[in-house]
Amino acid sequence: MISLKEVEHVALLGRLKLTEEEKKLYSKQLSDILEHARKLQDLDTANVPPTSHVLPLQNVFREDRTGEHMTTEKVLANAPDRQDDYFKVPRIL
Amino acid sequence: MAQYEPVIGLEVHVELKTNTKIFCNSSTAFGADPNHHTCPVCLGLPGVLPVTNKKVVEFAIKAGLALNCQIAPFSKFDRKNYYYPDLPKNYQVSQFDLPIAEHGFLEIEVDGNTKRVGITRVHMEEDAGKLVHQGTISDSSFSLVDYNRTGVPLIEIVSEPDMRSPEEASAYLEKLKAIIQYTGISDCKMQEGSLRCDANVSVRPLGQEEFGTRAELKNMNSFKALQKALVYEIKRQIKINEEGGRVIQETRSWDEAKGVSLSLRSKEEAHDYRYFPEPDLVPMVISKDWVDEIRTTLPELPDERQARFVEQYGLPAYDAIVLTSLKEMADYYEQCVEQFNNPKAVSNWIMGDFSRLMNADNMEINDVRIQPAQLAKMLQLLEKGTISGKIAKTIFEDMFATGRDPDIIVQEKGLVQISDEGAIESIVTDVLANNPKSVEDYRAGKNQALGFLVGQVMKATKGKANPGMVNKLLKEKL
Repeated sequence: MISLKEVEHVALLGRLKLTEEEKKLYSKQLSDILEHARKLQDLDTANVPPTSHVLPLQNVFREDRTGEHMTTEKVLANAPDRQDDYFKVPRIL
Repeated sequence: MAQYEPVIGLEVHVELKTNTKIFCNSSTAFGADPNHHTCPVCLGLPGVLPVTNKKVVEFAIKAGLALNCQIAPFSKFDRKNYYYPDLPKNYQVSQFDLPIAEHGFLEIEVDGNTKRVGITRVHMEEDAGKLVHQGTISDSSFSLVDYNRTGVPLIEIVSEPDMRSPEEASAYLEKLKAIIQYTGISDCKMQEGSLRCDANVSVRPLGQEEFGTRAELKNMNSFKALQKALVYEIKRQIKINEEGGRVIQETRSWDEAKGVSLSLRSKEEAHDYRYFPEPDLVPMVISKDWVDEIRTTLPELPDERQARFVEQYGLPAYDAIVLTSLKEMADYYEQCVEQFNNPKAVSNWIMGDFSRLMNADNMEINDVRIQPAQLAKMLQLLEKGTISGKIAKTIFEDMFATGRDPDIIVQEKGLVQISDEGAIESIVTDVLANNPKSVEDYRAGKNQALGFLVGQVMKATKGKANPGMVNKLLKEKL
């Protein structure tokens, strides 16, 4: 069971503000999700090599040549706020 | 009172000198307008596909080889998750459990002893963006974000906790900087941020095996700052121990202006990075052939070059260390020696007046206007006796300021040394006639009177008389 404290920790890492009800709800939902995923542990993986990636690919590289940059207007099009060519965001200490 | 021993390890970030960023083809050029060197990949827009810059892997392998590391046959990237506005994706692509290189070392010299410092690992990662504040971060109500630096390739070089004093830490950083500069993969300019250093510091009672609790020091922007921050931190921790307190594990930031370190955050509330393999970047299988090919591109490194300078030029070890600490300086030295074959004389000038003037103006070798051939020419004039040692200094300063040829300066300022015996003789005669008291003193056995008379001749010739000849003539006449 995922404790309320663990929910609070994960919420802090994701900068989420949760109400007490939400914390209780997510505690149960997160536990259920993990319980569901735990089923994978029952599989017999004795003959399956461990892997970090699912694609049968390796060594995909590009050459060190510059390409097109985005226009500044496009870069800042989705910015919640801007000042000159900068993104403007709340200060975080 | 117990004796304490500091234990220091360094984490050094080096910006790689590539044309493009690590996972996209945006430019890494410094000094562009804010957010002009960005694209959907480095801005972390949804649905983009990063692709690794081959040059970055090549440079990282090169660094690993130069630091005597083992190169991983299999390596991958991971996501390091943290939430901060300098990181548009909310994760930094870095390497966690399978870094590109591990188990290396370099050697430092402290107080005449050679010491080996272990290199734990070298890994590749992307740089974060830059936050700009009006005033300081504490009195600004918002941050302005420039993502030009986001995605610029870095390698992080982590040392073993092998250093036992701030001097050793400095020597390690100097050597590391020299080695990386020689490989040509980075400029390693601390002031411009292409070389950044964090330190892990703890203290323990002398003789104790176990390490003390460590603090991580950040924000030291120069060698001097590193030195000062370490001295401060070691004192702080010893004081806590002496007062019966307990050092807590935390990150501290060095405030250069105030000369103190301040707690940024304690490890209890520290980041929980939740590393996991980066699914958008496929793993790298590094073949032995590729590593061997890169190995052939390694230049002569500082230690080898230093040994060669001692061997080939007969220089003292100290000269060899100083001259080879910067590749450009060593190159300059060798070009000069090629044209003026007196290695120690060249070394004396480069380590002396040359370095003094350069440091006074905060210059780098490449900014110096005197070309190696010009310095060689000046040394030839000095050797031939065309100019005196004293005049040489004057000419050198002119050359340093203007970049002009020494013979032109000599002609123009009429600085040719007077070696004409007849000319000097008549001056000597005058001086003797005008200073009968000194002549008497000398004849009465007061040798210092000779020095005074030499001085008078030099004064009369504005320092241009050949001193050997003046001495000889004076003695003859007396």
